[in-house]
Amino acid sequence: MSEPIIAVESLVKRFGGFTAVNNVSFKVDEGEIVGLIGPNGSGKSTIFNMLSGALKPTEGSVKFKGAEIGGKLPNKICHLGIGRTFQIPRPIHRLSILENVVVAGYFGQDGIGSREQAFDAAKTSLEMVGLPTDHGVAISTLGAAGLKKLELARALATGPKLLLADESLGGLDNSEMDQAADMLKRIRSEMGITIIWVEHIMGVLMRVVDRVMVLDHGEKISEGLPTEVAHDPKVIEVYLGSDSEDAQASAESGSGN
Amino acid sequence: MDEIFDIFLLEALINGILFGGVLALLSLGLNLIFGVVDVVWICYAELVMFGMYTMYWLAGVYDVPILLAAVAAIGLVAILGLLVHVLIIAPILGSPPINQLLATGGLLFFLQSAATLMFSIEFRNLGLRLPILEFNEMYFSYARLLAFGVALVGMAAVYLFLTRTYIGAAIRAISQDREVMVLMGVDSKKVYWVTALVGGGLAGLAACLLVLQYDVHPFVGISFGPITFIICVLGGLGNMIGGFVAAFILSIIISVGGLYSEMEWGYVLAFVFFIVMMFIRPQGLLGKK
Repeated sequence: MSEPIIAVESLVKRFGGFTAVNNVSFKVDEGEIVGLIGPNGSGKSTIFNMLSGALKPTEGSVKFKGAEIGGKLPNKICHLGIGRTFQIPRPIHRLSILENVVVAGYFGQDGIGSREQAFDAAKTSLEMVGLPTDHGVAISTLGAAGLKKLELARALATGPKLLLADESLGGLDNSEMDQAADMLKRIRSEMGITIIWVEHIMGVLMRVVDRVMVLDHGEKISEGLPTEVAHDPKVIEVYLGSDSEDAQASAESGSGN
Repeated sequence: MDEIFDIFLLEALINGILFGGVLALLSLGLNLIFGVVDVVWICYAELVMFGMYTMYWLAGVYDVPILLAAVAAIGLVAILGLLVHVLIIAPILGSPPINQLLATGGLLFFLQSAATLMFSIEFRNLGLRLPILEFNEMYFSYARLLAFGVALVGMAAVYLFLTRTYIGAAIRAISQDREVMVLMGVDSKKVYWVTALVGGGLAGLAACLLVLQYDVHPFVGISFGPITFIICVLGGLGNMIGGFVAAFILSIIISVGGLYSEMEWGYVLAFVFFIVMMFIRPQGLLGKK
C-alpha cells in the first residue's frame, strides 16, 4: 500500500469549553472520493477548516503526503496542494468570473506560476466545470448552480492534489445535483485529484463516493462503504432519524451502478 | 452685475474642482488601506506632513532638483507607510478595531510632537512663487492646476495597478473576503505590505502637490486629515469611487460656499452637508447595506 495522501490522527478542536471535533482519525488514499456526512453542527466544516489551515487544531496531527501541516498558514497549505470550496459560495463580486479564477491560479501556485500559466489553469478549470472563459463576464450573471461551479473552478485553478469539496447541493434541482456529482467524478478521473466531499443529501453522495465517514457531535461514529454505513444502526439512529428508510433505499439504488 | 457674479461663481466652481483633485488622491489612499487592512489610519495626514517636510528640506534648503526631491519624498513616505503597518498595525491586527484606531490616533500625536521638537512650530515653505493663470477674467493658481493634473494621473496609475495586475486584483479581492483569498494561496501579509506602501506613496504624492500651495508646519495635517476622513465616510468608507465623487462634492461646496464671505463658511457649509447626508445615507453615497 502506498502512503495515504492525507492522514488525520486524533484531531481535536475546542472552542472554549465546547468540543467541536473530538478525537477524529482517518486516512484517505490517493485517487479516492470519500464522503464526509453528518447532521448540522457535527464538525464537518470544522474539520475542513483545520485541514485547509483556516483553524488551528487544538490537538492531533494532520499529515499531507507524509508531512505535518496542522496549524500551517492557509496560503502555505494551498501551495502544498489542498484546495477547498465553500458550502455557501464566496465569489469576489468586484472581479469577473475569469478574474476570480485567474487570481486563484496565479497565487495558488506559490508565485512559481507565470501569468500565462495562471491563465491556462483558469481556462482549464472553467472548462472543466462548464463556465464561460470569456473576459469580463460578471459574477451577477451566475445562478446558484453557476456560483457552486465557480467555487470549484477557483479551487481547481490552484492546482490541488486534494480537493475539500464543501458542496451541499441543497439549493439545486435533481439534474443539477447529478451534474455536480458527475463533475466530481470527472475531476478525479481527468485531473487525478483526490476528493473529500461534505454533503447533507445522502442519495447523490452515496452514488459517487468510494467510502463514507459519518460524524456526530464532533466524533466519527461510522466509516465504510456506502451500503455498510447506510445499514449501520448508529448512523440510522443519530443521523438518518425518521427518514432512515428513504436514505437506505436511495443508498441501495445508488450503489448499484 | 449679474455677469460679474457668474464669473465669480464659475471661478469658485473651477477652483473647487481643482482643490478636489488632491483631496480625492488622499481619500483614495485612506480608502485603499481601510478597504484592505480594515483599519482607518487616523494619522494619514501626518504622513503628508512628513512628506511636506521632506520636500521642504530637500528642495527648499538643500536645493535638490524639485522632481528628484518629489521622487524621494514619495519613496520615503511610502516606506513610512510600510513602517506604520509593520510596527503599529500588524502586531495588533487581531485586537478590537477600536484599539487599532486608537493606536493610529496615538501615532498622530507622536508625529505632530516629534515634528514640533525637530522643526519647531515655524511655518515654512519652498519659497516658490508659481504664476497665477488668468483666463477670461478668472484667476487660477498654477500650483493648483498642476496639483489637479498630477493627482488625476496618480489616481489613474493606482486604478491601472488595481485592475491590470494580479497583486492589484488580489488587493481588490482581499478587501471583500480575506479568508477566501488566503485559501486561494494569497499571502495576506504581502498584500498588506503592498497596500501600505501604495497608501503611503499616495500620501507622499499629495505632500509634493500640497507643499506647492501651503506652508508646512507640525499641525498642517489638521487641514487635510479630518476633511479626508469625512470624504471617505461620505463616499462610503472603503469605497474608492464613492470617495472620488465625495471629494469633488465637498471641495465644490467649500469653494462655492466660501464665495460670499470667508472661506471658513465654505467649510461650515460642507460639514453641515456632511451631517445632513449622514442622516439621509448613513452608509455613504455609494456605500451598500
